[in-house]
Amino acid sequence: MKRFDYTAPRTVDEAVGLLAAHPGALLLAGGTDLIVQLRARRKQTDLVVDIKHISELNELRYDPARGLTLGAAVPCYRIYGDPVVRQAYPALAEVANLIGGTQIQGRATAGGNLCNSSPSADFIPLLIALQAKCRMAGPGGSREVAVEDFCTAPGRNVLRPGELLVSLTLPAPEPESGAYYLRFIPRNEMDIAVAGAGVAVTLSNGTFRSARIALSAVAPTPLFVRAAGESLAGKPVNPESIAAAAEIAKAAAKPITDMRGTAIYRKHISGVLTRRALEFAIRRAKEGRQS
Amino acid sequence: MSTKVQVQTTINGEAVEFLAEPPQSLLECLRDIVGLTGSKEGCNDGNCGACTVVLDGRIVNSCLVLGVEAQGSEIITVEGVARGQELHPVQRAFLEQAALQCGFCTPGFIVAAKALLDREASPSDERIRLWLANNLCRCTGYDKILRAVQQAATQMREEAKA
Amino acid sequence: MSTQEYTVVGTRPIRHDGADKVTGRALYGADFQIAGLLHGAILRSPHAHARIRRIDTSKAEAYPGVSAVVTAADLPPSADRIVDLGEGATPLSYIRGNVLAAGKVLYQGHAVAAVAATSLNAAEEATQLIEVDYEVLPCVLTAPAAMREGAPILHDGLHTEEFGEKTARVSNVSQHFRHALGDVGKGFAEADVIVEREFHTATVHQGYIEPHNATALWNNDGRVLVWCSTQGSFVVRDTTACILDLPVSQVKVTPMEIGGGFGGKIPVYLEPVAALLSKKTGHPVKIVMSRKDVFEGTGPTPGSYIKVKMGARQDGRITAAQAYLAYEAGAYPGAMVGPGGMCVFAAYDLANVLIDGFDVVVNKPSTAAYRAPGATNAAFATETVVDELAEKLGLDPIDLRLKNAAKEGTRRADGPKYRRIGCIEVLQAMKAHPHYSAPLGGPNRGRGAAVGFWFNVGLPSSCNLSVNADGTVNLVEGSTDIGGTRTSIAMQAAEVLGIPAESVRPTVVDTDSVGFTAVTGGSRTTFATGWAAYEAAQDVVRQMKERVAKIWEVEPAAVTAERGVFRSGKHRLTFAELAAKLGETGGPIVGRGAVNPRGVGGSFAGAIADVEVDPETGKVQVLRFTSVQDAGKAIHPSYVEGQMQGGSVQGIGWALNEEYYMSPEGGMLNSSLLDYRMPTSLDLPMIDTVIVEVPNPGHPFGVRGVGEANIIPPPAALANAIYRAAGVRMNRLPMSPPAILEAVWSKKG
Repeated sequence: MKRFDYTAPRTVDEAVGLLAAHPGALLLAGGTDLIVQLRARRKQTDLVVDIKHISELNELRYDPARGLTLGAAVPCYRIYGDPVVRQAYPALAEVANLIGGTQIQGRATAGGNLCNSSPSADFIPLLIALQAKCRMAGPGGSREVAVEDFCTAPGRNVLRPGELLVSLTLPAPEPESGAYYLRFIPRNEMDIAVAGAGVAVTLSNGTFRSARIALSAVAPTPLFVRAAGESLAGKPVNPESIAAAAEIAKAAAKPITDMRGTAIYRKHISGVLTRRALEFAIRRAKEGRQS
Repeated sequence: MSTKVQVQTTINGEAVEFLAEPPQSLLECLRDIVGLTGSKEGCNDGNCGACTVVLDGRIVNSCLVLGVEAQGSEIITVEGVARGQELHPVQRAFLEQAALQCGFCTPGFIVAAKALLDREASPSDERIRLWLANNLCRCTGYDKILRAVQQAATQMREEAKA
Repeated sequence: MSTQEYTVVGTRPIRHDGADKVTGRALYGADFQIAGLLHGAILRSPHAHARIRRIDTSKAEAYPGVSAVVTAADLPPSADRIVDLGEGATPLSYIRGNVLAAGKVLYQGHAVAAVAATSLNAAEEATQLIEVDYEVLPCVLTAPAAMREGAPILHDGLHTEEFGEKTARVSNVSQHFRHALGDVGKGFAEADVIVEREFHTATVHQGYIEPHNATALWNNDGRVLVWCSTQGSFVVRDTTACILDLPVSQVKVTPMEIGGGFGGKIPVYLEPVAALLSKKTGHPVKIVMSRKDVFEGTGPTPGSYIKVKMGARQDGRITAAQAYLAYEAGAYPGAMVGPGGMCVFAAYDLANVLIDGFDVVVNKPSTAAYRAPGATNAAFATETVVDELAEKLGLDPIDLRLKNAAKEGTRRADGPKYRRIGCIEVLQAMKAHPHYSAPLGGPNRGRGAAVGFWFNVGLPSSCNLSVNADGTVNLVEGSTDIGGTRTSIAMQAAEVLGIPAESVRPTVVDTDSVGFTAVTGGSRTTFATGWAAYEAAQDVVRQMKERVAKIWEVEPAAVTAERGVFRSGKHRLTFAELAAKLGETGGPIVGRGAVNPRGVGGSFAGAIADVEVDPETGKVQVLRFTSVQDAGKAIHPSYVEGQMQGGSVQGIGWALNEEYYMSPEGGMLNSSLLDYRMPTSLDLPMIDTVIVEVPNPGHPFGVRGVGEANIIPPPAALANAIYRAAGVRMNRLPMSPPAILEAVWSKKG
């Protein structure tokens, strides 16, 4: 790979300063995507900025009133290893536990998964379903954007030159809510999603109060299918309403054919995965557990 | 031209310093600079697990860590698994169960399996399979590897009781 | 079944190289270090088919740290000739052309040039600065497409060989052969049921975890020294010498430990290139392939198009069988369709057979052997057709096979008549296994079975034994050890000598230090090199008898040797006691064994598989798997089981997910271990094994060889199981989730 220098700032300001001084610099957190891309010459840089020594980016804090703050450089193993996350956001812990294998989970981060902005990213549909927001810092200060508005194209996102993702914030789970992410891969591990569905539901007396549904790997970006979730609001929790929502999600999917699956197949399983993910999320909500 | 960086680490319990160019992976540094060639390169993109080492208590693919990232870290490689002259129960079990054929993936499996058993005394078969899913073996079909890890778990539990 | 009592054979000692391999101390090719080492990198073709107009290496040569650049122009201009380097007779120009492309590139990944530099990074960067002017040509990627009139022609000089005769026709078909037995027309006329199906199988890779590597030093005395990971150090020696136009004695190959091969580490790719770079630079040069290089630049196993037609009478007797096999050789002829033709109906005793085989070049990497090469493709077709016949006849599929099973005296369509073989015993073991009759335990589940045959090979092997004064024996052999063969060879010597396996210390040595030994392949190592060890041990025993006769002042013929004890009358000496006296009774004893065995015994294998198919996603989960194989005699049962399990799982991967996913332009789009989906530990059940032992009359211990036959049945067994689970007969490999679902949809209409 091309030669580059390496630096590891300790504060967000320092990192922002480095990005301002080196416009071509690339950020390194877990490195499980970036190092592969550099090696394959898909990306090049003169400077790698290792952001995982910045304390704000390592924050993992839950407050029942304000929800979860998930630092951009928190690796997967800390997410699923955290008893509070496992209790309040079990679906998030599950996704952290299905990205790559054990070794990858020792390094890879949710923030990196988001910033890599792959259409097949496993964290993103669930983060969309859970109404997560991205907090970014840059030369002009900090700003926030909803996860569903973060990715703009394969490998591209709303981060402006000089900006970095600091953390993700997730609202505290509501009562009778449940979330689930289900992906399809041909093997049982170590694969990229052929398609995936992240869903979150809130129930009340046998009806849906609200729902959010997002898909992976069926569009140029992770796809928030707002209409699919909204179709459930006020509907009874039964197979018909679930099937109808799944049908809307399937119709929204615009996949391509590639080595991971054919377009027709991906579209088909988008519906299957949405339905199955809804069923799991509903079970979770009914079990009285949160998210 | 990138500047070489002096990296201070502890490898297998000993203080080791090496000079790394930033693009060099930890795997390259271990193999080509430090001379520990037990960790293997099978894919160089994190998918085979042959380069597995323990970095600050977590198993990682050392091909997906830059050598410079290891600054101040504690690293355990396959060369650090045996207890002096005595093989570790995981190593013994791999031999007794014939859990290797070509042996190329074996260092990664041994490091990963030991890390699991250091953390969990009685993992289920399913748990072992999940933990080791990032380690590819093309020779054995994993059957004997699974048996070896279970045998090692039993031995380690007995040791812990004694 | 084997009843002979042995002391060492059949036991499970710890492998001799075990401690090295679990501590990371074992040195594989890429671990080799030597002072002054330069690193090499290869520039590979981005096109599947193109003429090379011009190569400009000047910028690469000027890059900091670069010592030399080589292209095909640096290879000695030896005249083309036919050479046999262990994989059959081949024009030298093909072997040389695959190492460095001359004139044309024939696949994406074809080596075009190589750079040596002080660091790997510099070498890799410099390859990007080599300018190659290509005239891109249309490419052809499958056998049927390459056989069509007007298809792009890969080799202007390739004349089709038809039934053994070279013709004037220039085409992509290098060879068309035919095996015939009886009269298939008559046979089909006698049939009550006929099943005829066509099949496509994708190109798949052996998938060894260790990438190819080679270090070479063109020494100041003119000798070329090579260190590499290979299945055959003598093949590397001979091929390197041939390409570099040197006598074989000028090349010395030291085999390092090898991280898997499965046939794919028989061909030579890097060694002559590293040697050329060393010659230019005066330094040793090491080249290690990346995983992408391994997928795109080394030999996978052929994709194929197959038609199989079989007919049977209502009573289950198969009356005729016909096969059409068109295999993709890749860039150069040699698709292993020959073995496909030998094995396609090898499990059956048939009167009327017609087999047509076509070896077809296409713009994909030049194919190599892969565990029973050619047989798995063919058996996928035959064994699913047999399953369908059984269904139509209302017979149990194993009963149908038993009714038609090949046995001693059966003549195969390609000529040979079987000696004692274990086809029936394997089928009986499958039928008797509790797995075959266990309940499936749920919906969307199915069970399938299949068998496969591999003929195994003999070929030359050498072995030397030196007796130590402490009663141990040093064993020196030339078969690189990929799966524990040091031990299975040493055990055969130990059995003869009557000493423990641990008392024989085996070492795999370089090509200067042992007699010629053919590749570790063809399931031959335990059979042939084990036989050489047996001979060497007999030689030791003979010499020791002479010694002991001298001590006791009796005739050597009056001395017996049994289980390591020499006796004559009241005299008695153990092997160790006698070993301690060698110095005073005439000096050291060295035994030698050199064999080229004829008594090869083929091996049958069977598989029983249970699957569950998700009806909504088409995903197949293998729930239970049993592998049965006739080992002849299992020298080290643990490693026999290991071969069976490993071969089964490679077969499962081939069946379900593995494939070269190609762009229309001939680029492999999934050349990583992420997207070339080999099974992980989480994808598999335990692999149950049943070792059948029908001793091979052609080997002193009855060994047949177990490395290969086990990979043959799984794809067909899984296809048959999928049929019972999901109602669709799959005729395509891989049987990936989209493929299964699409078959389900098209059946529903």
